[in-house]
Amino acid sequence: MASAVTGRSRRGAASRGVPYLFLAPAIVLFVLFLLLPVGYAVHLSLRKVKVSGLGLGRNSRTEIFAGLENYRTALADPELWGSAGRVLAYGLTLLPIMLGLALLFALLLDRPGVRLARFSRLAIFLPYAVPGLIASMLWGFLYLPAVSPFTDLAGRLGLPGPDPLDGGSVFFAIVNIAVWGGVGFNMIVLFTSLRAIPAEIYESARLDGCTELQLALRIKIPLLLPSLIMTTVFSLIATLQVFTEPLTVRSLTNSISSTWTPLMKIYRDAFAQNDIYSAAAGSVLIAGVTLVVSFGFLRLVQRQAFGSEDR
Amino acid sequence: MKAKLLAVVLAAALCAACTSDPGDDGQGAPPGGKVELSFWSWAPNIDKTVDAWNAGHPDIHVTLSKQAGGGDIVTKLLTAAKAGNPPDLAQVEYQSLPTLVSNDVLADIAREAAPVKDKFADGVWQQVTLGTDAVYAIPQDSGPMMLYYRTDEFARLGLSVPKTWDEFARTARAVRQKAPKKYLTTFSANDPGWFTGLAQQAGAAWWGIDGETWKVSVNDAATRKVADYWGGLVAEGAVDKQPMYTPAWNKALNDGTLIAWPSAIWAPGVLAGNAPATKGKWAMAPMPQWTAGENRTGSWGGSSTGVTAASKNKAAAVKFAAWMNADPAATDLLISQSAIYPAARAAQSSPLLAQPPAFFAGQKDFYPSAKAIAETASGFVWGPNVNVAYDTYKDAFGKAITGRTPFAGAVDTMQAATVADMQKNGFKVAS
Repeated sequence: MASAVTGRSRRGAASRGVPYLFLAPAIVLFVLFLLLPVGYAVHLSLRKVKVSGLGLGRNSRTEIFAGLENYRTALADPELWGSAGRVLAYGLTLLPIMLGLALLFALLLDRPGVRLARFSRLAIFLPYAVPGLIASMLWGFLYLPAVSPFTDLAGRLGLPGPDPLDGGSVFFAIVNIAVWGGVGFNMIVLFTSLRAIPAEIYESARLDGCTELQLALRIKIPLLLPSLIMTTVFSLIATLQVFTEPLTVRSLTNSISSTWTPLMKIYRDAFAQNDIYSAAAGSVLIAGVTLVVSFGFLRLVQRQAFGSEDR
Repeated sequence: MKAKLLAVVLAAALCAACTSDPGDDGQGAPPGGKVELSFWSWAPNIDKTVDAWNAGHPDIHVTLSKQAGGGDIVTKLLTAAKAGNPPDLAQVEYQSLPTLVSNDVLADIAREAAPVKDKFADGVWQQVTLGTDAVYAIPQDSGPMMLYYRTDEFARLGLSVPKTWDEFARTARAVRQKAPKKYLTTFSANDPGWFTGLAQQAGAAWWGIDGETWKVSVNDAATRKVADYWGGLVAEGAVDKQPMYTPAWNKALNDGTLIAWPSAIWAPGVLAGNAPATKGKWAMAPMPQWTAGENRTGSWGGSSTGVTAASKNKAAAVKFAAWMNADPAATDLLISQSAIYPAARAAQSSPLLAQPPAFFAGQKDFYPSAKAIAETASGFVWGPNVNVAYDTYKDAFGKAITGRTPFAGAVDTMQAATVADMQKNGFKVAS
C-alpha cells in the first residue's frame, strides 16, 4: 500500500498520460472508422466529375471542386422532397402505432396474474430477431396476391383478394412490416423499466383504492416517460433511415420508386447512377437532419423526462 | 508500467494493421517468365474453362474470382479501378461498356483483338466498339430475342403463333376473351434491358456519336412506337402488368396464367428454373415483326470480356479473352458447363448445339433457328450512362402503370433524365 502511494507521487507527471494510453485504441478506431469516413464523405460532397469531349478517351474524366453545387442540386430536387414527405408521413403513422402497441403489451404483461406471460413476451419479441431483409421478403410474399395465403382465404370467404402492393396501400404495407418488427423490441424496453418501478408504489396506490386501469394511466405511464422518450428517439432515427423494407419489396411491385425514401435515393445515386458525389451530399444532409431532429426532440422533452437530473 | 507498454504495443499494432499494403495488385511478370492474370466473372462453372486454359498454357496463369452479377460487377470495377487494383480481365455486359470506358476502367484493345474480329457477327462486334475505331472487349455471349409460347395452351385456346405485333395484340385480346384468368404475357416495368431489346427491334437508336458530340434520342420514333403499343395493351387490360422475376411471376408461368414470353436465347434456363412444371410444353418462334415479312430482332443481355486499363499484361489478357470466346475448345466448355450461347459464329454451329435444350426437347431445330434469328439482331450503340436510363425506366414505367398515364411520357422522362445526367457531367450532348 505504502509503496503504491509513494510510486504514484514519484511518477505523477507520467501517470497523467496513462488514461490516454488506455483510451488510445478506442480513439484510434473512432478516428479511423468514423471521423475519417465522415470527413471523406464531406470532402466528396464538395466535388464533382467533369468530362471532356465524348468521355471515352483516356483521362477524359477529372474530379473538380464543385463547392456547394451538389447540395443545391439535392435541395432543389423534387424527388428528395417527395421522399422526405413520404418518410414524414411514414413516421407519423408508424411511431404512434408501434409505440402504442409496445406500451399496451408491456402494460398488459405487467398486470398481476397474467397467464402465459413468458410465452407472450417471447412471441411478441421474436419478430425483432428476424433480420429486416428476411422480414421484408416474408411479408412481400404474403402481400403478392398470386402467392398470398390471404388471397386464398378471402377467395374462400367469397371476398375480393387484397392487393396491398397496389398503388397507395403499399405505404401501409411497408408500415406494417416495420410495426411487426419493431413492437417487440420497444415492448421489452418498456417492460424492463416497468419492472424496475418499486412495488411499494403500487401497493400504496392499491391501498388507496386505485384500479388496475388507473394504476396504468396515473402511475405506470408517467413513471415510464424517460423510457418512452428513449424508445421514441431510437424509433425516430430508425424511421428517418428506413431503407431495407421498401428496397426489398420494390422488386415485387411497380408502386415503389427508386427514390421512395431519402436513403433509397442516396443508394440509387451511388450505386445505380454511379454518382458518389451527389450521394455524399445527400448523406451529409440526412445525417444533419437526423441530428437536428433527434436532439431537437430530446431538448423538447428533456425538462419533463429528466427534470430531476437537470440542474 | 505494464499497462503503458501494452497500450503502446496495441496502438502500434493497430496502426500497422491499418496501413499494411495488400501488395499483390497486378505486379509485372515475375522473373520466371510466367504471367499472372486475374479475372472477374459471374458465369456459372466458368472455372472449368479457366482450368482448361491454365492446363494448356503454363506461361500464362489465370486466377478466377467469382462475382455476383452484371450490375454489381460494374460498381465493384469502378471502385477497384479508383483504388488502383482492378483485375486484369472482367466479364462485362454490353450496355455497361461505355460506363466503364468513360471511367477509364477498360483498355482499348483494337490492335490485339484485330485477329478475332471476323469470328463475330457485325451487330455483335459493334457493341464492343461503341461505334468508334476502338475495341473495348471480346464478345462472349449474345442475347438475341425470340418469342416463347406454351404450345399446349395455344392449341387449347385455338391460337396461332403471332407473326406480327398486330397479330400479337389480337392474340392477347383473344386470350382474355377465351380464358379471362389468363394473359398472353406481361409488361414488366422492372426490366429495362427487356424493353431496350424490344425498342432495338423496332429500330431504336438511343445513343450515337457525331464527331465530339453525343447524340441522345431515347424517345425516338421507334421507341415511342413500342411504348405506345405496350401502353395500349396494358391500358385495355390485354396484357398483364406485373413485373418479371418475382414469386408471383414464377407462379403465373408455372400454372399457365402467362402463356407467352418475349425473351432471349437464354430463356430455357430461366423457364427450367422458375417454371419446372411446364417442361416440354414450350416452343420458341421468331419475334413478332412490326412489318409483315421483315426479319428483325433485338438483344436482351449478353456480355463480353474486357481488359482493364490498369492491367500490366494486356497482350496476355487479350490472348486469354480471345481464346475463351472464339476457340472451339473453350466455347464448347462455355456451352456445356456454363449454359452460355456463344457470340462467336463458328461456336454457334458446335455439335453440342445440335440437340435442343432439355426443357425444349420437342423442338428439334431449336438451335439452328436460334442461329438464324441471332443473325438478324440489330446493332446498338450504348451510351456512357445506360445505368441512368435504365434506372429511370423502372421509376417512369412503374409510375405510368400505377398512374395509368401514357407510356410515351415515360420514354420522355427517360430521355430527359439521360440528357440531364450527361450534361451535368460535362458531356457534349445534342438531342
